[in-house]
Amino acid sequence: MTKTLRLAGMVLLPFAVAAVPAKAQIQIASAGPLTGSNATFGAQMKEGAEQAVADINAHGGVLGKQLVLTEGDDACDPKQAVSIANQLADKGIVFVDGHFCSSSSIPASKVYLEQGVLQISPASTNPAFTDNGGWNTFRVCGRDDQQGEVAGEYIAAHFKGQHIAILHDNTAYGKGLADETKKFMNKAGVEETLYTAYVPGERDYSALVSRLKAADINVIYLGGYQTEAGLIIRQAKEQGMKVTLISGDALVTSEFWQITGATGEGTMMTFASDPRKRPTAASVVKEFQAKKIDPEGYVLYSYAAVQIWAEAAQKAGTTDPKKVAAELKAGGPWESVLGPIGFDAKGDVTKPDYVFYIWHDGSYHEM
Amino acid sequence: MGLAYALQQLINGITLGMIYGLIAVGYTMVYGIIGMINFAHGDVFMIGAFLSLIALSGLASLGITAVPLALAITLVFAASLAALYGWTIERVAYRPLRGSFRLAPLISAIGMSITLQNFAQVSQGARVKPLAPLLPGGLVLTRAGGFAVQLSWMQIAIAVTTVFCLGVFTWLVTRTPLGRAMRACEQDLKMAGLLGIDTDRTIGVTFVIGAALAAIAGLLFLLYYGAIDFYIGFVAGVKAFTAAVLGGIGSLPGAVLGGLLIGLIETFWSAYFSVQYKDVAAFSILAITLVFLPTGLLGRVDVEKV
Repeated sequence: MTKTLRLAGMVLLPFAVAAVPAKAQIQIASAGPLTGSNATFGAQMKEGAEQAVADINAHGGVLGKQLVLTEGDDACDPKQAVSIANQLADKGIVFVDGHFCSSSSIPASKVYLEQGVLQISPASTNPAFTDNGGWNTFRVCGRDDQQGEVAGEYIAAHFKGQHIAILHDNTAYGKGLADETKKFMNKAGVEETLYTAYVPGERDYSALVSRLKAADINVIYLGGYQTEAGLIIRQAKEQGMKVTLISGDALVTSEFWQITGATGEGTMMTFASDPRKRPTAASVVKEFQAKKIDPEGYVLYSYAAVQIWAEAAQKAGTTDPKKVAAELKAGGPWESVLGPIGFDAKGDVTKPDYVFYIWHDGSYHEM
Repeated sequence: MGLAYALQQLINGITLGMIYGLIAVGYTMVYGIIGMINFAHGDVFMIGAFLSLIALSGLASLGITAVPLALAITLVFAASLAALYGWTIERVAYRPLRGSFRLAPLISAIGMSITLQNFAQVSQGARVKPLAPLLPGGLVLTRAGGFAVQLSWMQIAIAVTTVFCLGVFTWLVTRTPLGRAMRACEQDLKMAGLLGIDTDRTIGVTFVIGAALAAIAGLLFLLYYGAIDFYIGFVAGVKAFTAAVLGGIGSLPGAVLGGLLIGLIETFWSAYFSVQYKDVAAFSILAITLVFLPTGLLGRVDVEKV
């Protein structure tokens, strides 16, 4: 027994030594998919975090201490995310800027909760991340259901009196989006003609499309992903329907247009407005461009996550994660490259920044 | 309105059913001759769809954009390469196991199916491969109120191709020496061998024909829906296999009938009831049919000769 203990001690000793951080530094981390099919997004997050740390350190750090950034690679794999989260917590990290995929952020947040680590995700939009999260979960991006608010009010204002169908694919993302849109549309006094689910992963939606045609539908709101959305609008146009498709941020990919071809013309979707064009980001965008980095996608979101955390820690006078979390919710709005950002009790941003984009001739642009 | 709606759904269902039928023929043929379910057949269909996409994009980059010419070349390319796949699969995975215990080729078939799926996933990527519509538009058959019954050119092309392929295939089986050899092998493999038929060659040819038909179905699928990935073979394969069983496995007209029925059941269930439960409906009808007709709709009862 004692032998086993001694052995365990010998094995664990090096880790214990490694876990003690240097005194005058604050350990923070950026975690996301640095490998795998979402690696571009992980790289964007890393670039944003690195730049933010460099800028903060150049201005004297946080509470007079320099920030040290560690990277974690979860490959958007929930299991790897949990193991990375444990590794980071063991290193004595107080704040994690991450992760990217909701399916990674959610399990990792449970580890961070147990270990007392603050987490701000720049990209995970699934409502469950903060809805079921603890005191430690925050995000600087919107939520899937906030898109529904923007979409629902838009449809009510512009398509009143038309025949509207709401479709969803029964996934957490798709159904959530469709239900929120329906809720806000109904609240504004517009009722849908048809509300139904479809089976994702199929190719043949012609029966569903004929059903829409029989109900004389002019507007489809679809909660789901680009492949099914593309197939449904393509088959609808092939059956001679004159219909406008409206959907969420999953359609902001060229894959959609490749399936639809010209039948995708005029399709609209909600997506965050381009943060590079905001006045608050101007000077940081210039810094990135000087390094020949295009701060596209989630670069500025990742930058803002670190920036806001640093501001809150400075104001709270400590890096203790629980106190910083309380300060994040109570204080604010915080000045960031994305503009002023405040958090509600769950850790979501109070003002979502979704706007409409439209597909035209093979590319999409803000409306 | 009611009738026009039903007519539109009938067109939808027949189109889907024809694609199922073309794949189902391959299942039923192999089962008829060697009594084995070739689970890799659905994946040959998927390979056919990918080969078609590769051919179409290759032709486009060579500047051959005349649609009929490009489609003809693609058809020949995909069907012949898929036929090669079919022959190789039989040679590598099934022939060495002939005469082994019954489950061995079945397991080998599942292994082959996984191999083909992973091969496509690794070599072509896991994402959906799209193809924009090549033959847009169609005919308006009739109007009822605001409802126009539309028959697209693509649906006509699918019907014509399927009927033509099945016609050629029926002629091959019933009117040629090769067909006679196939029918002889189907009746009694050992006896056919004793009477001087090269059974290995006949079985190989059966796989080749089945694979070519599956590849044609793959091309039609690609053109009609415009989105393929490495997984389509599994879904379509399960449906086509169901069609073959419903029609009576081993029976060629049964496979086509089964395909059409599955397509129509799925479509009409989605048209009048819940879209989400269409597969439940299709499989329930299969189960009920098998309770009353254990050999399927057109299947023969095997007479055990003592």
